[in-house]
Amino acid sequence: MADIKKIATRDSYGNALAALANEYPNLVVLDADLAGATKTATFKKACPERHIDCGIAEANMVGIAAGLASCGMIPFASSFAMFAAGRAFEQIRNSVGYPHANVKIGATHAGISVGEDGATHQCNEDIALMRTIPGMVVINPADDVEAKAAVKAAIEHVGPVYLRFGRMAVPVINDHPDYKFELGKGIVLRDGKDITIVATGLMVAEAVEAGEKLAAEGIDARIINIHTIKPLDEELIVKAAEETGKIITIEEHSVIGGLGSAVCDVVSAKCPVPVVKMGVQDVFGHSGPGGDLITEFGLRAANIVEEAKKMLNK
Amino acid sequence: MNQTLKKELSMTACKIRMGAVTAVHSAKSGHPGGSLSAADILTYLYFQEMNVDPQDPKKDDRDRFVLSKGHIAPGLYSTLAHRGFFPVEELKTLRKIGSRLQGHPDMKKIPGVDMTTGSLGQGISTACGMAKAAKLMNKDFRVYTLLGDGEIQEGQVWEAAMFAGHNKLDNLVVIVDNNGLQIDGNIADVCSPYPIDEKFKAFNFHVINIDGHNLDEIAAAFEEAKTVKGMPTAIVAKTVKGKGVSFMENLASWHGTAPNDEQYEIAMADLNKILAELEA
Repeated sequence: MADIKKIATRDSYGNALAALANEYPNLVVLDADLAGATKTATFKKACPERHIDCGIAEANMVGIAAGLASCGMIPFASSFAMFAAGRAFEQIRNSVGYPHANVKIGATHAGISVGEDGATHQCNEDIALMRTIPGMVVINPADDVEAKAAVKAAIEHVGPVYLRFGRMAVPVINDHPDYKFELGKGIVLRDGKDITIVATGLMVAEAVEAGEKLAAEGIDARIINIHTIKPLDEELIVKAAEETGKIITIEEHSVIGGLGSAVCDVVSAKCPVPVVKMGVQDVFGHSGPGGDLITEFGLRAANIVEEAKKMLNK
Repeated sequence: MNQTLKKELSMTACKIRMGAVTAVHSAKSGHPGGSLSAADILTYLYFQEMNVDPQDPKKDDRDRFVLSKGHIAPGLYSTLAHRGFFPVEELKTLRKIGSRLQGHPDMKKIPGVDMTTGSLGQGISTACGMAKAAKLMNKDFRVYTLLGDGEIQEGQVWEAAMFAGHNKLDNLVVIVDNNGLQIDGNIADVCSPYPIDEKFKAFNFHVINIDGHNLDEIAAAFEEAKTVKGMPTAIVAKTVKGKGVSFMENLASWHGTAPNDEQYEIAMADLNKILAELEA
């Protein structure tokens, strides 16, 4: 995949905000001393008067966002996933979620692909935390195209939205005219009848690759991209369970509470089938190059192929 | 302040206290102590200071109020009811199933409530966000937020204070209800936030110390705040927890306890006596 263009979704986040600044005069972007890393500095350059640096104070930043939203502005509060969903969880729950404030949380540096900064900065719990807040939309885009579309969709959606972006450059896989982002709708990237692989975020590219490898071995895998983890496209998941009878989920997140859990919640109630949850297995990460960690934690296409064959007894 | 206005506001404050005590008694739970200590400040804000319209509670240019110490919801609800946002009789539904009057203020349910609060330390941040919104949108509404003196033990309060000072939010007034007591006792004994005024000064606030039950001082402080440019104002109001109800005054135990029927009668008699004296 060396010839495929790679862009980190945090770059897409900053670029999308900057590109949408004129179209949405009420758009305002907040950061907590990480504008260079979250890429909201790109917005700041385009629109300095609507960029607010709150300093290293994420709890307050979320409250500022709630206050701005109550006056009709559309704030994006930005930080690393660890400090947005993690540190400011209760502020998001009580000042944003409960009053259903029109606040968007732009969380970058999610998952183990943060890399060298190590476990303190590798947030594998954010999807789980955000999913539990009633009314919260949770989006985990797969690439540059999807991330930019997600930012626009978040602006158009009235209510709280959590957006998850990565630090590491990832392949652009959705750069084609048919691509359409619809909030709450999964995308079937490859049809198949033997098994379904449900992926989110930067695991989608791995799942697509796995689908090709499995096809070469005569296994017909359905590949689904779930960019919106909440509300989940239940219809698409149940249909996949009914038609393929086996599901693998894969996410760069703890297997507790994330995409895998969301999928299990649905199939256990509506169409029980075996589900294997791939992701970070209830352990902390550690320092190392992001890509190497993805490999070490078993989140590559080859690992998916292996799990699929195991499930199919092949 | 002229005597007619002072008498009128004092009587309103007394009625607001009665409404708060009645609501807590009816709910058999809630927070009377702080509701009573803040009643004079709430009265002045809603009956004199703030540009609000009970007929149009969401109007764009209204002044905003954030009850950062959200647990004194009975005090706020009673104020809003007496100001005409909803019927005074509804106060008796406090904390009951189906009531709009949740244990802590819910902006989605109650007309006149500008922000959902209850988790301490968060209200002041949202108030800063509103004040910043006014600056960004070139609007001239003002934002008021009331904090407990125990509440300022929350670190988020000082994150917000730093933000307000740094952003020169001169359209923001932070009021600290300094009744000196929190659930576990005297704030000076639990984990002292003193000196409160010096702390806000250090965060680039204009600070005014007042007696929070003296309407002349309350009025002067809010007038002074309007003249301050380039920095937010903090009003540190010395108050008496449980003010107006003889057996509740200066007792931490009345922070979050409802009066029983007998105590309720005494409380209402105390307040009726004050009201009668004001009328005379």
